[in-house]
Amino acid sequence: MTDFTPFLKELISAPGLSGHESPVCDLIANQWKPLVEKLSLSPLGSLHGFRRGEAPDPRSSVLISAHMDAIGLMVKGLEEEFLRLTSVGGVDARVLPGQLVTVHGRQDIPGVVVMPPDWLLPTEIHNGNVPIEYLWIDTGLTAQRLARLVRVGDLVSFAQPPLELSGEVIAGHSLDNRVSIVALTHCLQELTQRVHQWDVWVVATVQEEETLGGAATSAFQLRPDVAVVVDVTYGRGPGADDHRTFPLGGGLTLGWGPNVHPTLFKAFKTLAEELEIPYSVEVFAHHSGTDAIALQVTAEGIPTVLLSIPLRYMHTPVEMVMMKDIQRTGRLLAEFIARLGPDFMNKVNMD
Amino acid sequence: MRNKQRDKIMTQEKSSAPRIAAAQIRLLERLSNACAVSGDEGALRQVVLEQVRSAADDVIVDALGNVLVTCRGQGKDRPRVMVAAHMDEVGFLLTHKENEGIFHFDTVGRIDARQLVGKPVLVGSEQIPGVIGVKPVHLTEIEERSKVISIKSLRIDIGLGKDSKVKVGDRATFATRFFRLGRNLCGKAFDDRIGVATLIELVTHAPTNIDLLAAFTVQEEIGLRGARVAAYTFDPDLAFVLDCTPAFDLPSWDGEENTRYNTRLGAGPAIYIADGGTISDPRLIQLLVRTAEEEGIPYQFRQPGGGGTDAGAIQRQRAGIPSVSISVPGRYLHTPVSLVRLEDWKQTLNLVYAALRRITSKTLT
Repeated sequence: MTDFTPFLKELISAPGLSGHESPVCDLIANQWKPLVEKLSLSPLGSLHGFRRGEAPDPRSSVLISAHMDAIGLMVKGLEEEFLRLTSVGGVDARVLPGQLVTVHGRQDIPGVVVMPPDWLLPTEIHNGNVPIEYLWIDTGLTAQRLARLVRVGDLVSFAQPPLELSGEVIAGHSLDNRVSIVALTHCLQELTQRVHQWDVWVVATVQEEETLGGAATSAFQLRPDVAVVVDVTYGRGPGADDHRTFPLGGGLTLGWGPNVHPTLFKAFKTLAEELEIPYSVEVFAHHSGTDAIALQVTAEGIPTVLLSIPLRYMHTPVEMVMMKDIQRTGRLLAEFIARLGPDFMNKVNMD
Repeated sequence: MRNKQRDKIMTQEKSSAPRIAAAQIRLLERLSNACAVSGDEGALRQVVLEQVRSAADDVIVDALGNVLVTCRGQGKDRPRVMVAAHMDEVGFLLTHKENEGIFHFDTVGRIDARQLVGKPVLVGSEQIPGVIGVKPVHLTEIEERSKVISIKSLRIDIGLGKDSKVKVGDRATFATRFFRLGRNLCGKAFDDRIGVATLIELVTHAPTNIDLLAAFTVQEEIGLRGARVAAYTFDPDLAFVLDCTPAFDLPSWDGEENTRYNTRLGAGPAIYIADGGTISDPRLIQLLVRTAEEEGIPYQFRQPGGGGTDAGAIQRQRAGIPSVSISVPGRYLHTPVSLVRLEDWKQTLNLVYAALRRITSKTLT
């Protein structure tokens, strides 16, 4: 079995903020190329890979998707030799002071997010968490050079290098959701050794952290019969240990609630049990906060299911994940696809 | 034999003044990347000893772990001049194992809790990586997000390996690795690795008009403990302290003038008039100012106020030791990434070296 750790580290080291995913997209395309029949890009930049099924025409198709975009920052202003910033996606401003970043100006520029001392801030936030609008990026450049190289609207990526921790654990930024890209890749690799009846669309979506626009448009274009979304969920750990969290190394979660089609949920649950792949059920009362929201309501509606990989410290530059959980997710997905027969759609119903 | 070796080195180096070039920057990189939280300075001590041995007449490691280096000069009535720089840095101490891979910790030295969240760290002498995480923002309530996350609620997480060598009692530091940033240098713990690097350069190019008593001190960040006993042992005539002091030279949020900048990057070495622990000796301030002006070296006065250096302990040791501090200005000290201007470092070394060369037995009269 391929060790995907180097691929994951490469993925999280590449920029690809929401709406600007092409650097990471190129890496994914490169990895997927030998695993699919054809690759294409959607008008918004989502990556579509296609594997033809063995069944005779007309065949059903399954879409498996994970978003490839990452959260980050954007330049909002220049003042003297410092930059003002805003967020791309849901950034927790409390983690920002002291973070290493790369400013994607006319060239890539390293920088540090810094928190000014209280007396340079409004009185009401003294001794408190400093909101993002009062933080700066220091690039060490002179004001003149900075103005030549950086403009308002330039993207800023986190630059913390990936860490390999003990127990096959990886820590770093953008593991949400590059880990799921690795799970899809693992699935594709397994499928090359397997026969599958259905057509498979594998999709790395854009803009999940901002608009869900990638998933909605790709699903419309590809019109799959069913859709499987892979994303991350809250890993149990310091500061987060209630029922909404799931242990690292404890396997994936299967989403349950109005965002998920019950037949697909049952199929995955039964299969996980049969294969002895550990899983937990993750319940969403309204929606899952993932691409599944958009996929479910695309065109006439698409039966959708959600698999999630537990990840500690979500939306920080020290997100943490266990490689084993990624592999399990990829394997379950491949086994599911390999078992899809011509009559599966007849069983997919709400009652 | 030792003196002979030293004479040889001195004749070789008489013409070469100390300087900051590629080798010194590489040494700073090594010093910055090493982990030496107050009370656990072994990793720094090792580098310092290796660097100073060949140039020193005498090296001792005292009871607290200070490295005390003597470089004797030539001629009669040589003043005994102590120059101190602290080896320790602020950091963390693991206090309790909560679960597999999860540890409570305390800060050692002053670190703002707001700097800790979402940062990688290195634990123990083998520099095992870990992280300080936080509850995902998605799971927080509004009132929770407005509160500063206390250090006691944070954990160091080193992953899920069962055989890890990490244990309670280990120290940890921010994991930041040294890097160049334009005309600046960035890394952790420039407070006071930049002073240590400067002092090593002075030891290897020691002026001969004085006895240079170089003290690489321990536990500065938690109460100037090393300097206190080092000054007692050396019993010097006067003392210089080399440190790194904050440059708060950022714009204020509303465009008002920033009048509390402490020091400014790029304005040269910062001379202390008075801080929270020391009133600098006016004769030594005068010596530094006159030297700077005559040699054309830029300098600035650190804004008088709080804070302190090893001078606070040295000045009041024994019957009193006239002292002054000179710092390289540094932004974002005691955070994961400190930032100094290379030119300020060069000028600091130039000023201190030139001032030391001017010291005579009459300097304090």
